[in-house]
Amino acid sequence: MTLDIVMNKKSQDDGIVLTEAQKRARRSRSIAIALALGALVILFYIVTLVKGPIVLVRPI
Amino acid sequence: MSLIGEAAELRTGLPGAGDLRLAEPSLATVGDYLALLKPRVMSLVVFTALTGLAVAPGHMHPMIGFTALLCIAVGAGAAGALNMWYDADIDARMTRTARRPIPTGKVKPGEALAFGLTLAGFSVVTLGLLVNILAAALLAFTIFFYVVIYSMWLKRSTPQNIVIGGAAGAFPPMIGWAAATGSLSLEPVLLFLIIFFWTPPHFWALSLYRTEDYARANIPMLPVVAGDPATRQQILRYTLILVPLGVSPWLLGYAGLVYGLTAIVAGALMLVLAWQVFCERRPAERACRNLFAFSILYLFVLFAVLLVEQGWGGLIGRLLA
Repeated sequence: MTLDIVMNKKSQDDGIVLTEAQKRARRSRSIAIALALGALVILFYIVTLVKGPIVLVRPI
Repeated sequence: MSLIGEAAELRTGLPGAGDLRLAEPSLATVGDYLALLKPRVMSLVVFTALTGLAVAPGHMHPMIGFTALLCIAVGAGAAGALNMWYDADIDARMTRTARRPIPTGKVKPGEALAFGLTLAGFSVVTLGLLVNILAAALLAFTIFFYVVIYSMWLKRSTPQNIVIGGAAGAFPPMIGWAAATGSLSLEPVLLFLIIFFWTPPHFWALSLYRTEDYARANIPMLPVVAGDPATRQQILRYTLILVPLGVSPWLLGYAGLVYGLTAIVAGALMLVLAWQVFCERRPAERACRNLFAFSILYLFVLFAVLLVEQGWGGLIGRLLA
């Protein structure tokens, strides 16, 4: 039995089947999360370059 | 039993668990989540924070400044999302807020809570790591103050809700200043006080022509509890404190003549409108609407002039030189 069949069967057992609208909404949310995380990585990278070695100096 | 099923069963045993319903598929779009951030409030927060950041002494790399503003904006949005999560029941009963994402069912309360907490955590930690600890601590306190002190406690319990709770909206210039300098002084405190004393006349003017809305939602706004004439009197009193405070940065030498003259003229107009509100009686509401609209312009103009005049070492001075 393939993984897809197992997952489909489990999904049916749980009674959760996404409609097309729900799938589209989930996809748009997933893309937004990916973009936000990507932007965060770039932000940390650029600020690290801007600050230089001082980024490691963190007096409390 | 699946893990999701167990988690759902656990939640049904908790108070308010019916509101979470995380296992149900969501139809919420990215736009619905953006609406949770209260973009209009966020824009005012970013603007006042930018002013605090720009008028602060010393040099700041533009990228660090951008990072600070981004974190402050996201932190303000997180506070807005948490406020909408907690106030969903009130929002559903008020005409002004009934179309927000949670009352309309577009976003589930549990989703809004998770969204708000995540953004709050990320914004504070990022500000602390990339800018400085003081600014991050102030941002964390602002979110806490708005969500816990204002939304959860004051809003439903006292007519002084927006007086004390207004402090949350007044912190952004201080956060901006702290982000630029790593410290605080009298100047950002003055900016804080201007917004703090601006908040009551602004919101009470609104609540005077939305009294029924607030009464229906059981929110003890001043017009609901103390009545119409008492609220109009309070608006005038707070405006009398606000106007000299608006001029004070110039009187104390922190701002130039352009700011001073602007603050005097705008303050005089604010006083005239507050006096008209004081003289007006229900069912008339024109003066309240005028004051509410002008109060937004008043704050914007004051901070805009300060930003252009004093920001980045004095833009006007450099242009005239």
